Amino acid sequence: MATTADTFQAHEEHGHHDADHKPGFFARWFMSTNHKDIGTMYLIFAIFAGIVGGGISGIMRMELAEPGIQYLGWWVQLMGGEASFDANAHLWNVLITAHGMIMVFFMVMPAMIGGFGNWFVPIMIGAPDMAFPRMNNISFWLTVAGFCSLMFSAFVPGDVNGLGAGTGWTVYAPLSTSGSAGPAVDFAIFSLHLAGAASIMGAINFITTIFNMRAPGMTLHKMPLFVWSVLVTAFLLLLALPVLAAAITMLITDRNFGTTFFDPAGGGDPILYQHLFWFFGHPEVYIMILPGFGMISQIVATFSKKPVFGYLGMAYAMVAIGVVGFIVWAHHMYTTGLSVNEKMYFTAATMVIAVPTGVKIFSWIATMWGGSIEFKSPMVWALGMIFLFTVGGVTGVYLANGGIDDVVHDTYFVVAHFHYVLSMGAVFSLFAGFYYWFPKMSGKMHSELLAHIHFWVFFIGVNMIFFPMHFLGLQGMPRRYPDYALAYEYWNKIASHGYEIMAFSMIFFFVNIAYAFIAGKKAPANYWGEGATTLEWTLSSPPPFHQFETLPVISEDNDYHNHLPKGDAPATA
Amino acid sequence: MAEQAIERSNLKVGIIGLSIALAMLALGYAAVPLYRLFCQVTGFAGTTQRADESKAAAAAEAGRKLGGATISVRFDGNVDPNLPWTFRAEQTTQTVTLGERKMAFYYAKNNSDQPITGAATFNVSPDQTGFYFNKIQCFCFTEQTLQPGQEVVMPVLYYVDPSIRDDPDAAPVEQVTLSYTFHRASTGTAAE
Repeated sequence: MATTADTFQAHEEHGHHDADHKPGFFARWFMSTNHKDIGTMYLIFAIFAGIVGGGISGIMRMELAEPGIQYLGWWVQLMGGEASFDANAHLWNVLITAHGMIMVFFMVMPAMIGGFGNWFVPIMIGAPDMAFPRMNNISFWLTVAGFCSLMFSAFVPGDVNGLGAGTGWTVYAPLSTSGSAGPAVDFAIFSLHLAGAASIMGAINFITTIFNMRAPGMTLHKMPLFVWSVLVTAFLLLLALPVLAAAITMLITDRNFGTTFFDPAGGGDPILYQHLFWFFGHPEVYIMILPGFGMISQIVATFSKKPVFGYLGMAYAMVAIGVVGFIVWAHHMYTTGLSVNEKMYFTAATMVIAVPTGVKIFSWIATMWGGSIEFKSPMVWALGMIFLFTVGGVTGVYLANGGIDDVVHDTYFVVAHFHYVLSMGAVFSLFAGFYYWFPKMSGKMHSELLAHIHFWVFFIGVNMIFFPMHFLGLQGMPRRYPDYALAYEYWNKIASHGYEIMAFSMIFFFVNIAYAFIAGKKAPANYWGEGATTLEWTLSSPPPFHQFETLPVISEDNDYHNHLPKGDAPATA
Repeated sequence: MAEQAIERSNLKVGIIGLSIALAMLALGYAAVPLYRLFCQVTGFAGTTQRADESKAAAAAEAGRKLGGATISVRFDGNVDPNLPWTFRAEQTTQTVTLGERKMAFYYAKNNSDQPITGAATFNVSPDQTGFYFNKIQCFCFTEQTLQPGQEVVMPVLYYVDPSIRDDPDAAPVEQVTLSYTFHRASTGTAAE
């Protein structure tokens, strides 16, 4: 081990003769300390996890297409079990748990923070790499280990009804403690430990990189908004994830070592788990969307060929969302017996978040106002994100009300809401970022036509899946059940057809990647033209293995965040 | 380029970041006693209060001034399925003058053939009355050990604080339900 590491060190020392000198395959990819390589691995990992998590939702939509239980028994038998009502229902719980955990911890977070964050934060601030390159490597492999632990949990007993952890992604006690005796839940919890530790290390890495390694002249108020978004996200991770770690460690000791943190028999309280979980869980939803906000800001400015409107307002709106996000957690717990006064506070505090979020939405619109807009693929994804995220935001304001939440709590209305902000908000920004930067990362141009087809088909598909869920929820269809009353069939059928359309659109995505590598034109350094002015566009595509051997100097009049061509004075000056 | 200076300062920021993470981890654990304290102080989630003689006397005095307003108290008893006991309230309801001390009784029997120690958890409903429901003596303050087949009648000495009438949330409440659930006490902790 030491020898290989030394060899790798030696490579690095020779590096300054040739910025593109790469180590051999194993050292490059398995012992990587290069932020771009680690970012690439995160993106590949996230795509893989997305296929698994998305495939699971396919099984779910298949089952929900009609009332009754049609397909779960087949899957139970495939897993070597005996199909029975309880076994089928348990498998359903396992599926929703895996879908939630995979999408949150192993798809959105690795793609946003690990993938695009690793790739572009150092480049955008003019740094040669991350502050702690080796810790970066540990973060990635811990995430992979966490994913393996979660996958492994599906093959060991969860409770008397079958294999796998069927606790929901929230892992509420007592279902996750006395309610699920098997080791599967321990593996699922351990997977959150690993992913959490990885993210905490990643957060420390980003904070240090952004505070310490900015190029000369790159002040905090000149940083591109994507860097701001990752900085705020890193702080949220640092403050929220350790609380989750504490809560799930208490679960582990309650399960295995006889503590009674959440067991009333020993003086504990299961509601305390919910408080701890949502103290993490609410900031977590901003962790998933803030880097998306950052990417959308870059993209909207690039394709409007205008500086982003209200730069400081945009940056501090994200800070405000992050701060307020920590004091609204109990709006997930309106039905646990909060008093009227507590509900009033959490309702008001939650709705306050709509203000900085509105600042962002309106600033994006104002950025486009009067701009010379080009509808390239990243821009259409960004516009889709702004539109659909706003729809999810509006239902969020509904749900913030304690009184309304009493009615629609744990119904499909909630499912519709958080899929509009995540599966459309976060995922659309991921695709926007992907098409924006894919040629920069790979050096090959993708097909704009395929990207546009992907957008339109995906747009129709996801709206067909999730918009009917608003109706189902308002009609009272509860979440987390494999079966439903006959009255809900119509919209469920439509939602399941929507899934088929969405899945079909993904073919264009994968074909497009294949096309780019096989037949894609070589990408020039700045393929988006005059609107793209952040530092990554000053480098070749793909950038050299080690960039910025000589640090770039950002001059007074060169506001990178303002997206002005080098040397131009700011328009407002 | 002073690379060593950057590395030193990176290490500093990194250690600060790690300390923040560890502090939040500690705070997560600190939430356990803090939450209990919060419930005890505010009566959150129907956590009842514990009163001593002087507090009870003051409440009785305040109750007399109120001129005999009453409230109904309903009694509920449950047993954890893991505990082979019978446990029930000896009376369904009591009507009590605000501030007045009243005694209620619960019946428990060990149906198994070995001695078992149980501990009772409790709260009142609706939640907002927890702050005003005071217990002076209760079998739930300690763990109870019952010999095989032993039957006991256990008292609760309580009063409802007259200031409940000054709280706009709790004032309209006409009946408070006091609920107990007996669990098997965690092994290794003997009755006090």
